[in-house]
Amino acid sequence: MSTFWIAVIGSSALAFAVKYIGASVPETFLSNPRILRINTLIPVALLTALVAVNTFADKTQLVLDNRALGMSAAVVLLIAKAPFPVVVLGAAITSALAYRYI
Amino acid sequence: MSVKRDSFSVSITVGAYGSAFGAAAVAADFSVLQACLLSLLLFSGASQFAVVGVIAAGGTPLNAIATSTLLGTRNGLYGLRLAPLLKLRGWKRVVAAQITIDESIGVALAQKDEDQMRKGFWYTGFGVFVFWNLFTLAGALGAQAIGNPSAWGLDAAVPAAFLGLLWPRLSDRKSWVLAGFAILLALTLTPNVPAGIPIISCTALAIIIGWRK
Repeated sequence: MSTFWIAVIGSSALAFAVKYIGASVPETFLSNPRILRINTLIPVALLTALVAVNTFADKTQLVLDNRALGMSAAVVLLIAKAPFPVVVLGAAITSALAYRYI
Repeated sequence: MSVKRDSFSVSITVGAYGSAFGAAAVAADFSVLQACLLSLLLFSGASQFAVVGVIAAGGTPLNAIATSTLLGTRNGLYGLRLAPLLKLRGWKRVVAAQITIDESIGVALAQKDEDQMRKGFWYTGFGVFVFWNLFTLAGALGAQAIGNPSAWGLDAAVPAAFLGLLWPRLSDRKSWVLAGFAILLALTLTPNVPAGIPIISCTALAIIIGWRK
């Protein structure tokens, strides 16, 4: 089985398992404030790492290329409170222009 | 605003982001079918982007699965919170579990009474599911048609999507500090360990920073 199929099927199965378990166990379980706090911070840590790696890494090398310019546009748009599709589109257009002309 | 209108407007706007996911998946060499299956079966935006992002960065499938599952743990906690209200049994619990995501919970919790909360959950869950999947297909087919992803900026659309998902979560000093350390750790590890590991390693930072009040 290819890398892609393992990732697709494995992640889908576990995602459903997590959702189903959540809908099945009693509410008192996991109401520990420390666990709740860590649970809200995990997405922050992982999403930040994904932003950094997908912007500045090419496999295991650090690079500065058209994506970094696209991301600068995304940051400016987010500060200007632009909606999500505008942010993604603005980053893509800026990156595409940089790819073509720099 | 009525719960139906709330649900519909959330469904269509959030569903439209599905096109960004479909395009990102195809740009990372997933097939159109695989992109669509992720939206149908995994059905949780951040986790889906994580699968694509980790594989695109050269990570192993196991790494992609672990990162995506950790991002999905919050869906389990949402279920915990809503299950007593929805009074779930049998197949209804299976369906409810699948559509337990940020948006269905968000709309449900914004309602005033229990009946409206239940409606908000089901309408939004189904609505996002339908539109998210339709737009995923459209985005995947679109990206397949245009060829070289860099020429169209699709390689920057992936981190931009992550940033868009991250932004509203940077609500206090603690999350900003965590984000700063996560950038440092991920980029320091990148040249030194196999791809994918730098991302999942940042879970440790969340535990360290979340440990103390």
